[in-house]
Amino acid sequence: MNRVRAIALTPGAAVIVVLFLIPLAITCAYSALTRGAYFGLGPPWTADNYRRLADPLYGMVFLRSFALAAASTAICFLLGFPLAVFIARSGRRKNLYLHLVILPFWTSQLVRIYAWMFLLRETGLANGILQALGIIRAPLPLLYNDGAVLLGLVYAHLPFMVLPLYAALERLDPNLLEASADLGARPWTTLSRVMLPLAAPGIRAGAVLVFVPCLGAFLVPDLLGGGKSIMIGTVIQNQFTTARDWPFGAAMSLVVMVIVLVLLWVGAGRRGEDLL
Amino acid sequence: MQPVLELRGVTKDYSAHRAVDDVSFTVQRGAFFSLLGPSGCGKTTTLRLIAGFERASSGEILLNGRIINDAPPYCRNVSTVFQNYALFPHLTVRGNIEFGLRRKGVRDMAGRVNAAIDLVRLAGKESRKPSELSGGEKQRVALARSLVLSPDVLLLDEPLSALDPNLRLEMRAELKSLQQKVGITFLFVTHDREEALSLSDQLAVMNRGRIEQVGAPRELYLTPRTRFVAGFLGSINWIDGVGVRPEAIRLTRTAPQNDVRRRRARVESAVFLGNRLQVRSRTGAGELIVAEASHSEELRPGETVHLWWTAADELVLPPEPQ
Amino acid sequence: MKRALALYAVAAYAFLHAPLLILAAFSFNRSRYTVWTSFSLDWYRAAFRDHQLREGAWNSILIAVTATTISTAVGALFAYGLWKRRSRWLSASLYLSLITPEIVTGVSLLAFYQWIFQFWRLHLGMCTVVFAHVSFCIAYVVLVVAARLRGFDPGLEDAALDLGATEWGIFWHVVLPYLKPGILAAALLAFTVSIDDYVITSLVAGVDSQTLPMVIYAMARRGVNPVVNAVSSVIVFGLGAMILISERLRAS
Repeated sequence: MNRVRAIALTPGAAVIVVLFLIPLAITCAYSALTRGAYFGLGPPWTADNYRRLADPLYGMVFLRSFALAAASTAICFLLGFPLAVFIARSGRRKNLYLHLVILPFWTSQLVRIYAWMFLLRETGLANGILQALGIIRAPLPLLYNDGAVLLGLVYAHLPFMVLPLYAALERLDPNLLEASADLGARPWTTLSRVMLPLAAPGIRAGAVLVFVPCLGAFLVPDLLGGGKSIMIGTVIQNQFTTARDWPFGAAMSLVVMVIVLVLLWVGAGRRGEDLL
Repeated sequence: MQPVLELRGVTKDYSAHRAVDDVSFTVQRGAFFSLLGPSGCGKTTTLRLIAGFERASSGEILLNGRIINDAPPYCRNVSTVFQNYALFPHLTVRGNIEFGLRRKGVRDMAGRVNAAIDLVRLAGKESRKPSELSGGEKQRVALARSLVLSPDVLLLDEPLSALDPNLRLEMRAELKSLQQKVGITFLFVTHDREEALSLSDQLAVMNRGRIEQVGAPRELYLTPRTRFVAGFLGSINWIDGVGVRPEAIRLTRTAPQNDVRRRRARVESAVFLGNRLQVRSRTGAGELIVAEASHSEELRPGETVHLWWTAADELVLPPEPQ
Repeated sequence: MKRALALYAVAAYAFLHAPLLILAAFSFNRSRYTVWTSFSLDWYRAAFRDHQLREGAWNSILIAVTATTISTAVGALFAYGLWKRRSRWLSASLYLSLITPEIVTGVSLLAFYQWIFQFWRLHLGMCTVVFAHVSFCIAYVVLVVAARLRGFDPGLEDAALDLGATEWGIFWHVVLPYLKPGILAAALLAFTVSIDDYVITSLVAGVDSQTLPMVIYAMARRGVNPVVNAVSSVIVFGLGAMILISERLRAS
């Protein structure tokens, strides 16, 4: 059986090594080099790129990214948990309701972000309705700020929270909830003492699946935040396009990777591999 | 004396069918009361109605004289032992048993919890999680968890059916002695007639959502009021519209002399069951009669035997309505 | 409680679907402003006439089909290999590639390509995009196929061996037929992920290999444009229909 196994694994292993691990290694190397005159880069080897990251300017960017990712995760949980409970309890229509959550997500992330641009701009529907109802007189700047970015992040990642929550809740024995009530627990207590602890693996998975992409998000802050809401993703992308400072961009990327790995290690604990 | 639990005309309808149909019975304080019946007869639904997990479509459920139809489960002073125990997997044995007491805000929990642990003989296992317990141990935790709250009625939903057969017998005896020691009213749901007959003070047989008969086990066995009750509580022969239990039928090789009911039959099979012989014979008219004989008898298929019984052993009951 | 939950679910689904439905509705609006004037297909006509959009769409489909084919084949085999005996470092790397933020993956692929281009005189183009897509699609394929494999009874392989089948024969005639639905689902997933990608593609694409998301992004960056509305509707409902149809086919 070993021959079959070796043949089966080789192409995939090659792809992983050549197209993922080696590029990461090269990024590591680049992060320690210096930016070249025009476009290239080369020696001397330096730690300057990492030192630059200590600048409070970049500190703010990291902080904002963290804050937005954390806020998105929290909001996704608050919005997604009741929905997951609903789907888990919906009996025969479970599949339908699950598909209704996944379907819009599976089409195009760009389109879904653009939809909010369309809705939130000054001449957009949101302002139009508010003005028509007489709530405001002049259009509000709903777009190009942190709020719009937060909305976009939540909208883009909600299914990532709902699915693992649903999976965990579905496995929950309904008798446990009945037993809790039977023993005198009111609904809120059953929720906090029984449902949430038992759904914890799902909550952890959902939090990771939302927080990590939000941290490194590019499209949402770029399109919905304009230049006003700068996140790590936009800064990194900038280094590799207009700013042409590849070593600095590489350093930043690696720092993000390390942060993500630390978060995963803390969040998933010993059961990290089970997530796969 | 006021009964601790009373059901008056309780009915539960689901969209497709009526699960509980005009059920009425009373349970006296301190009794071991069983609901016995085949799967789908409505006994578990009745239990759930009493616990508060379902709402009755009509009728009244009274606990200590108060109507509790609208009370949610956490407001009723009844506690349930589930068939699959429903122990909280994320809590230890102690955590599970404490759960209800914590909800009540009881201060000195340790004493009561320890007493409950000793009562079900789980001392030394308090820090274990449910996944580390055997089936019998899980059941004892479930019992302790409910008993520690001193409910007016303890509801047990087929608690022994998930256990191995030998463990089942052991737990049956333990359950009975536990109930007598604690003095709490038990409402026990089962489909196993031996369990119900051996454990109960009072017994209600259910069929298709209705109560067929309520009474003491001996009363129901010896004087059943319907054919269903007669058949469900033990094997029975129906001969010419009259019921006779196998153990009431005498089997001889020579014709009986006295004035008794009798049949002549040919042996079809004689199965050795250890302490007795179960003999199936067919009469000339084609009736199949099951009787019992001493295990030392030697009966061969094809032999002719005389079966006889006294009129007093007959059960005359109306046929089942369609 | 049940009623409140159902009401909430309605609101949640409205939140998820309304923006897209509104977008689609206004793509039929003659005016480019958010005041409804009259029904019109003008914007759709404009979208179909747009040369850049057509080229982008064609490139996207070409890339997606190629990347899907390669990553599904390689990924399915890989999942099978991992199923026979786990390899911690391979699983860990795969997991890592899934969890790495897109921007980091894209940036490191770009760095890798530029480094290679020092030795061979190549440049960014369709190939670099296809390889990049294979790189991130593989993890998704393995995820789906591995899930399907978890339900496979290893006893079947032993039974086949016992009956005299070869190792390859077993894979071909026993495992593969079982895996078919999983492989199709994985291919569909890889296709949608590939066709939708912007971040990684924009970094590694050449001038002549603009994809549809890149074109749309450029238009969206310039501001709201009803042509984008029209294209968006086509994408959403086109892909949506494709997914629904493939689900129906799978169910039967």
